[in-house]
Amino acid sequence: MANFGKDLQNSPKHALRISREQAIELFIPVVAVFLALLLGAFLVLFIGKSPLAAYGALLKGAFGSKRDIAETLINVTPLIFTGLSVAFSFKCGLFNIGAEGQFIMGQIIAAWIGYSLAGMPTVIHMPLAFLAGALAGGLWAALPGYLKAKLGVHEVINTIMMNYIALYFSHYLVMGPFKEPGPIPQTPQVAEAARLWKILPGTRLHFGLILALGAVWLVYYLLFKTTLGYEIRAVGNNPHAARYGGISVSKDIIIAMSISGALAGAAGAVQALGVQFRFLDLFGFIGYGFDGIAVALLGRNHPFGVLIAATLFGTLARGAITMQSIAKIPKQIIGIIQATIVIIVAADEILRRFFRSRSAATQALTEAGEGEDNGE
Amino acid sequence: MQRCLASLERGFLTLEVSTSTPVVEMRTITVRFPGVIANDNVTLDVYPGEILALLGENGAGKTTLMNVLYGLYKPDEGEIRIHGQPVSIANPNDAIKLGIGMVHQHFMLIAPFTVAENIVLGVEPVNVGGKLDMDKAIHDVEELSKQYGLVVDPHARIETISVGMQQRVEILKALYRGAEVLILDEPTAVLTPQEVDELAVIMRSLVRQGKSIIFITHKLREVIAISDRVTVLRRGKCVGTGETENTTQEELAQMMVGRKVVLSVDKEPVKTGDTVLSVQNLHARGSRKLPALKGVSFDVKAGEIVGIAGIEGNGQSELVETLTGLRKATSGHIYVNGTNLANSNPRALIEEGVAHIPEDRQNRGLILDFTVAENFILRNYYKPPFAQGINLDYRKVHAHARELIEEFDVRTPSENVPVRSLSGGNQQKVVVARELSGEPQLLIASQPTRGLDVGAIEFVHRRLLAQRDQGKAILLISLELEEVMSLSDRILVIYEGQIVGEMTPDEATEGELGLLMAGGHAKRGLHSEGSEQSGQFRQGSAELP
Repeated sequence: MANFGKDLQNSPKHALRISREQAIELFIPVVAVFLALLLGAFLVLFIGKSPLAAYGALLKGAFGSKRDIAETLINVTPLIFTGLSVAFSFKCGLFNIGAEGQFIMGQIIAAWIGYSLAGMPTVIHMPLAFLAGALAGGLWAALPGYLKAKLGVHEVINTIMMNYIALYFSHYLVMGPFKEPGPIPQTPQVAEAARLWKILPGTRLHFGLILALGAVWLVYYLLFKTTLGYEIRAVGNNPHAARYGGISVSKDIIIAMSISGALAGAAGAVQALGVQFRFLDLFGFIGYGFDGIAVALLGRNHPFGVLIAATLFGTLARGAITMQSIAKIPKQIIGIIQATIVIIVAADEILRRFFRSRSAATQALTEAGEGEDNGE
Repeated sequence: MQRCLASLERGFLTLEVSTSTPVVEMRTITVRFPGVIANDNVTLDVYPGEILALLGENGAGKTTLMNVLYGLYKPDEGEIRIHGQPVSIANPNDAIKLGIGMVHQHFMLIAPFTVAENIVLGVEPVNVGGKLDMDKAIHDVEELSKQYGLVVDPHARIETISVGMQQRVEILKALYRGAEVLILDEPTAVLTPQEVDELAVIMRSLVRQGKSIIFITHKLREVIAISDRVTVLRRGKCVGTGETENTTQEELAQMMVGRKVVLSVDKEPVKTGDTVLSVQNLHARGSRKLPALKGVSFDVKAGEIVGIAGIEGNGQSELVETLTGLRKATSGHIYVNGTNLANSNPRALIEEGVAHIPEDRQNRGLILDFTVAENFILRNYYKPPFAQGINLDYRKVHAHARELIEEFDVRTPSENVPVRSLSGGNQQKVVVARELSGEPQLLIASQPTRGLDVGAIEFVHRRLLAQRDQGKAILLISLELEEVMSLSDRILVIYEGQIVGEMTPDEATEGELGLLMAGGHAKRGLHSEGSEQSGQFRQGSAELP
């Protein structure tokens, strides 16, 4: 197992213990993915198909051609944003289940700014629409943040409720004030100037991916290089100690929720400005926000982990379509795999205990050997 | 066993040669936790009708060993015999069946239930038809309490009785289940000196009637005063066992720590300066919204240590929290250097030079998953040189951490490890280093040595005295009377949210302080200045039974 060399100099045993913990920490998601894929293979076998063919089709569907890769990345983009959103709130000790609602608000407001303003240059209109979406998501999350900070109302309950409010509010907007004339409940098309640039000729891949990668870096920088990030992580780890340290816990809760919501809103904005170019009436939740919870969980709430996890989930979702159409394997298998990953990562204590008892056993053996040497 | 015998060669204790069979024999017990051997080949015997003190520093493995006996941990190696028969104890129920009872340091009682209900809980007497026979329960409890001289009121609800009585309820609980061997885990930690004396009497009466007691402690004086024999653990190993009357406190301290220990504190004469902290008629509510501070007034001057003595739960925590901005005062004034800072936020007090060593380092003083370096800047991360605009300059943070680690001798592999991985003593060093490095005007130290071993206690005490000698004002709140008496220049006694007396350490005796702490009043006159200033002494008669 990896040990993080530089800590070893002073007290090898001590440092080893920590690095082992860290190694386990990194290892759990990998093991979870592996076990889930294994389970998926058995399920495929169970329905009388070849797991190799299934996973082959999956990979081909996700990466088989330039277009496939582009479509996979289009899938990954909003998941990066929503994964970051949930991870950011977790870092402040908050569980933002409302990324779904913030996504919806971001999407519809970005679409509105996108279609309602005309005659602006791209360099103004596009960022304006994108930021408006992010702002809408941020405000949508700031309210539960405020209620949590000032009145102690639990953010989980509140953000769930806010999801429904966002869903029905979007119905109202898209069938009322934002409705395009005609029979279909949808907004007018977003102006060309507000659309995200295409970044890979011949595909739909758009600038949103670059924005998402930028957001990964931004969240990383914010959390680990700034005083605000220090505060937010302090509040998330131990609000009592944070308060003792002079940090305003309630202020940080509101800020963290707002940033988390803005990230989810940005996910909605890139969908509106990069993929759909309008807002279509929703029949229910699309699920990018909820998937963000799984992505954050698998990514261990670290921005880089989120990037990897979002890529995995986006790939699976894209590949599943080909798997179903070519290998004739129901794409629900992928749903099961994703769910299994989440369960294993969420119940990581099982794996952790497994690793610990093994490492403890190894260590005990080593020490018993040492003991004999010193015994005389 | 060999280890124990080997240590006897130093000429300290002789192993008791007894003809009777021990009630409990623990042979070569080894318990391993990941990365640490909590008990290493430990051997312990308990004979019928004796009080065995199990002495050791925090983390020496005392509680682990007793948890093995009580069936909470399974030893990796070793054997337990009860009355000479090898037994396997898989859980506390097995232990209870074998006649082993344990009174934990933190009582496990149900507050709204009565004394009798708590005692019979789990083994309730029932009528035909399965109805709870409360009359029999009360009768049984009364019988038991008479037999062993453990005075309790079976009808009283737990939340209304004193801590001392709660402890008696816990002991009765064990006896009701037929305990022959009682394990008392740090039973004196929550008691006043008078209650400790009462407990000693009870323990004596129990062993006279054939019970055996294992008494876990790290207080040397109590070992000498109460026990018949003593077994000393150090770092998981048994370093000696023998008869108490053949040893001294100094010898025990040396065995416990592994080196010579200076038990007394040397102090320079006090040189006080201006008043730094002035608390006037301070009122505040506790966490249950009941008044916890009822008009507290006192001053702390530069260059002196003012100690606050009292039994846990008499308003100390609320006082500290109110003084440090963590709790709202309902009325009153807190002047720091002449500025009223009552109900300021914690940061305003930090800015005014108020340092705070909190009583609960793990839940308040530290962020356990943050690195040592990150913990060092918890109270000044927002200021240069650490903060540069919105950025935090981690290079400076790490350099700062390395300096403090060096200066305060924090034992850590590097400044980059989570503080969680440090020992309790080193965690406390991190807190102390952080609070003292800010050059405070006033230091509020709340139980600064709680849970530390003798070496770390010495360290903290030396640092506090050094601050005092540099002319800093120090308010020391401690439940350890010895600590208050040895460090303080003035001692205030807190009882039920009021300062009920003031003494100097020279004129104070433990007996008098103990009486004040329990709500009685001292035989000698109270410090006149204190009395005029606050005018709120409890004049009621002593409430001790």
